[in-house]
Amino acid sequence: MAPNEPEMTPELVAEHGLKPDEYSRILKLIGREPTITELGIFSAMWNEHCSYKSSRLHLRKLPTKAPWVIQGPGENAGVIDIGDGQACVFKMESHNHPSFIEPYQGAATGVGGILRDVFTMGARPVACLNLLRFGAPEHPKTRHLVSGVVAGIGGYGNSFGVPTVGGSVNFHTRYDGNILVNAMAVGIAKTDEIFYATATGIGRPIVYLGSKTGRDGIHGATMASASFEANAEEKRPTVQVGDPFSEKLLLEACLEIMANGCVIAIQDMGAAGLTSSAVEMGAKGGLGIELDLDKVPCRETGMSAYEMMLSESQERMLMVLRPEKEQEAEAIFKKWGLDFAIIGKTTDTKRFVIKHQGLVKADLPIMELGDEAPLYDRPHVPTPPKPVIDAASLTPPATTRDALLQLIGSPDLCSKRWVWEQYDHLILGNTVQRPGGDSAVIRIGEGPKGLAMTTDVTQRYCEADPVQGGRQAVAEAWRNITASGATPLALTDNLNFGNPERPEIMGQLVGCLKGIGEAATALDFPIVSGNVSLYNETQGRGILPTPSIGGVGLIDDVKKSVGVAFRGEGRALILVGQTQGWLGQSMYLREICGREEGAPPPVDLAAERRNGDAVRKLILSGHVESCHDLSDGGLLIALAEMAMAGGVGAHLDAAPAGVPAHGLWFGEDQARYILACVEGAAGDVLKALDAAGVPARRIGVTGGDALKVDIDASISVSELSKAHEGWLPGFMAASAKT
Amino acid sequence: MRAAVLLFPGLNRENDAMRALQQAGGVKPTLVWHSDHDLPKGTDLVVVPGGFSYGDYLRCGAIAGRANIMNAVRAHAERGGLVLGICNGFQILCESGLLPGVLMRNSNLRFICRMQHLRVERNDTPFTNAYAKGQIIEVCVAHGEGNYTAAADTLARLEGEGRVAFRYSDSAGSIGGDANCNGSMNDIAGIYSERFNVLGMMPHPENLIETIMGGTDGRGLFESLAAATAKAA
Repeated sequence: MAPNEPEMTPELVAEHGLKPDEYSRILKLIGREPTITELGIFSAMWNEHCSYKSSRLHLRKLPTKAPWVIQGPGENAGVIDIGDGQACVFKMESHNHPSFIEPYQGAATGVGGILRDVFTMGARPVACLNLLRFGAPEHPKTRHLVSGVVAGIGGYGNSFGVPTVGGSVNFHTRYDGNILVNAMAVGIAKTDEIFYATATGIGRPIVYLGSKTGRDGIHGATMASASFEANAEEKRPTVQVGDPFSEKLLLEACLEIMANGCVIAIQDMGAAGLTSSAVEMGAKGGLGIELDLDKVPCRETGMSAYEMMLSESQERMLMVLRPEKEQEAEAIFKKWGLDFAIIGKTTDTKRFVIKHQGLVKADLPIMELGDEAPLYDRPHVPTPPKPVIDAASLTPPATTRDALLQLIGSPDLCSKRWVWEQYDHLILGNTVQRPGGDSAVIRIGEGPKGLAMTTDVTQRYCEADPVQGGRQAVAEAWRNITASGATPLALTDNLNFGNPERPEIMGQLVGCLKGIGEAATALDFPIVSGNVSLYNETQGRGILPTPSIGGVGLIDDVKKSVGVAFRGEGRALILVGQTQGWLGQSMYLREICGREEGAPPPVDLAAERRNGDAVRKLILSGHVESCHDLSDGGLLIALAEMAMAGGVGAHLDAAPAGVPAHGLWFGEDQARYILACVEGAAGDVLKALDAAGVPARRIGVTGGDALKVDIDASISVSELSKAHEGWLPGFMAASAKT
Repeated sequence: MRAAVLLFPGLNRENDAMRALQQAGGVKPTLVWHSDHDLPKGTDLVVVPGGFSYGDYLRCGAIAGRANIMNAVRAHAERGGLVLGICNGFQILCESGLLPGVLMRNSNLRFICRMQHLRVERNDTPFTNAYAKGQIIEVCVAHGEGNYTAAADTLARLEGEGRVAFRYSDSAGSIGGDANCNGSMNDIAGIYSERFNVLGMMPHPENLIETIMGGTDGRGLFESLAAATAKAA
C-alpha cells in the first residue's frame, strides 16, 4: 500500500460525507483502514446520489415491466420497443445543486450528462426536455438563476444539435435556496444494437475515451448528496464545465465504433467519474478491474490518484473493446480528434485495483462497493390530510374576467416563450408539435411514426397530499401524451425531495412513490429509468416535494397528431370528464384568493384511463381537430390557451346549475380534456364518448376575436395574449437594470 | 443537381440540408469531410450547413473558414460555381473571405429560435428564381450570432449592387422594429457575392420544406437551385 497517506480522522471521514457507522462498515468490509484514495472511492459510491441508500427500498416497489419494456431501471437509461426494430432510449436526471451554485455550467452539464446516458446505450439523441423550478420571482437571485439556467440548457443542447422540444417552468418561494434543473433526453436505437455497461471476458483492454481529466467536479456527487448551508457559493469549484463540441464529437465517434462492432461494454463517466463507471462495468459483469492511472489523459499535471478517481470532468467514456477491433476503434477516435487510451484491463479477481506511479493506491472488493452500500429504511410519517375546500363556500374576490387575466399572466401560467425561444427546438426538421402545447411530438426519421414527450409534476399537490400528488403527476403526463393523439408507453422519474433524515420528508417520498406506482400500474405506464435527488434543503428548509415525471408515447402517424390551437371558427367545444369545481390547492385559490390551502383534487385512475382512451381514439379517427388537457388553472385557462394559440375566440355557455361559476372555470378536477371539432362531427364525438361511459358535454363554439364568458367577461384574444406573453420578458428585462 | 455538403466537426444541421437538397433536386448530395482537399468531380453546388463548427470557439466560423476544403470552395466560386452557406455556414463564408462583413452576437444577447418572415429582395438569381420579387416567406431562425455587421462602404456597396438577398420582415412585409430579430444592419438576413453565385444567410429554409413541419416556404430556395443547375447542365 502507498506510503505518505494522510491519517484517517473522524473529521476526514465526515468531510467525505460518510457517517461514523458507514465508516465502521468500511473497516469491517476491508479489514483495515482505507487509504485516502479508497476513502474517496467509498464516499463516491456510497453517497445518496450514487447508492440510492434512502430510496432504494421504496423504489423497488415501482412497476417497471411491460411487454414493450426492453430495459428498466438500473442501466444508463430505460429502453422501450417502438416497433419496426426500433427502440426509444430515455431518461431524466437532475443537476439541481450545481445549477444553483453556477447556473450556466450546472444546467449545461446536466444536459450533457443526460445526453451521454442516452448515446452510451447506442441511441442517437433526437429530443431534449426539461423541468425547471425556481424560487419566488421576488427573490433577489431568481432572475440570475433563470437567465443562467436557460442559457446553459440552450448553450449545450443547441450546440450538440438536438432539439429541446418541451419542458415546464414554475416559481415558488420554497425553491429560493434550491432550484431544480431536471433534464431529459430521448434517443432512438435499433432494438438489436443496444449497448450495456456489463463487462465480459478476462484480460480485455479498458479504454478511456473523450476529453482529458482535470480537477473539475471533484466530489460533485457528494455535494449533490448534502444540504446547502449559507455558504453554497463556496462550492463553486465542485461544478464541472461543459464542452458541447467535445460531446458532439464523442457522440459521432461512439456511434461509429458501435456500428463497426468494436464495443463489448460502455459506460459514461458521469457522477463520481472514473470510479463509478469502472466499478459499474466490473460489478455488472462479475469481474475485477485494474486501472493504471499513469495512462489516464490528464489536462493538468501532478494530479493524484485521489483526484483522478473523483474528477467529474465532462465528455468522457469508459469502454471494454473487442481486442481485435482496437486499432479500428482508435482510428475512428483519432479522426474525431478525441483522446483514446488503454488504461487498464478486466481481471478475474473481482477486485478494484488502482495503480499510480508504481504504487497500489486502492485495492477493494468490487461487488461489495455497490452491493454492500448502506441501505436505510428511514423513519417516515405520512402527511396529515388537508380539509376539502367547497367552492360554494368561497366568495370570489374578483370577476371571472379579472381572475382570468391575472391568472393567464401569472408566473406559473404565463407563456414560457422567453425560455423556449432560447432553445433550438426545430433542428433535425422533425418537430411536429412545438413547445407551448400539451406534449411535444417529433417524427422519427422520415416517419410516419412519431414520439410524444412531456415533463410534469404539480408540486403543491404533492406537498398537500403526497399520494394524490404522485398519482396526479403520472396522470398528467399520461394525459398530455394522450391529448396529442399518442399512446403513452413509459416514463422516467426524477424524485426531488428534501432531507430524507427528516421523517416528514421521508413520508413525502414514500407517499409520492406510492401514488406514482398506483398510477403507473393503472395506466400501463411503467417506470423505465429515473434519478433521485435528496437533500434539497437550505438552512433547514426543504423544497416542495417534486417528483418530476417524463413521459414518452408513440403515434403511428404524426399527421394524425393534434395540438391545442383552435383551427378556425365554428368549431364545437366539448368538455370531457366530470367537473365538480375542485378549488383546493388550485391556482385560482393561490393567485386570486391568496390561499395555498386544502386538499388537492383526487385522481380517479379508472376515470383517467377510460376518458383518455376514448379521447385518443377520437383523435386518431380524425374526429377531433384540437385537444387540450385540463390542469393548472382549470377550464378557462385551457380555453384561453387554445384561443391564443389559434388566434380565434369562443362563445362559452354559462355555468350549469350546481357548480359555482368560479369552480367551473377555475377548478382543477382531474381526468378532463377540451376537444374542438368541426360542427358536423360534434354529434358523433358526443355519441362515442357516451358509448364509452365518458361524461362529456358541449360547452360552446369557437368564433370571433374574444373569449366570451358569462355576462361579465368578454375578453379579447389580443388582450389575453398581451397578459400571457408579457410577464416573463418583462420580469427578465428588469434584471438588466438591477 | 450535384450538391456537396461540407462537414466540419461541430456542424449539426447537415442532415436537414441534405434532406432539403434531395427532396428538391432528387439526387442525394455528397458529404465532404473538412480535411479533404477536393470537391467531388462535377459539383454544381457547395452547401456549408449550420451548426457550431469547432464549437464556435475563437469566433464563429473562424477555424472552419481556414480549413483545407475551403481552398477548393474558393476555387469553385471563382469558376462561377454555386455556394450556399446557412447560419454557421454564412459565418464560415464570411470568415473565409467569400462574403463581406461579420455576424455579431444578437442584439438581445440571447440565442433565438423562432419562426421568422423574410422579404425576398430579388428573384433573378440561381437561389431565388422560384420566388416572386418582394415575396414574403416564413422560415425559422436559430442562432446566437446573426447580427449582420459591415463597414459603411461595404454596406453601401452591397445595397448599391443589389446584393441583399433577404431582409427580416413581419408577415405584412414591413421592415424594421421587432421584425429584425437580431439587430442586423439594414435588416439583412442574407447577402450575395459580387457575381451572385455565393449566398450566405442566417435563417434556415431547410427546416421549412414540409407542411407537417409548419410550412413549405423554404422549398423555393432549393427548387430554385435545382432549376438553375438543371438549366446550366
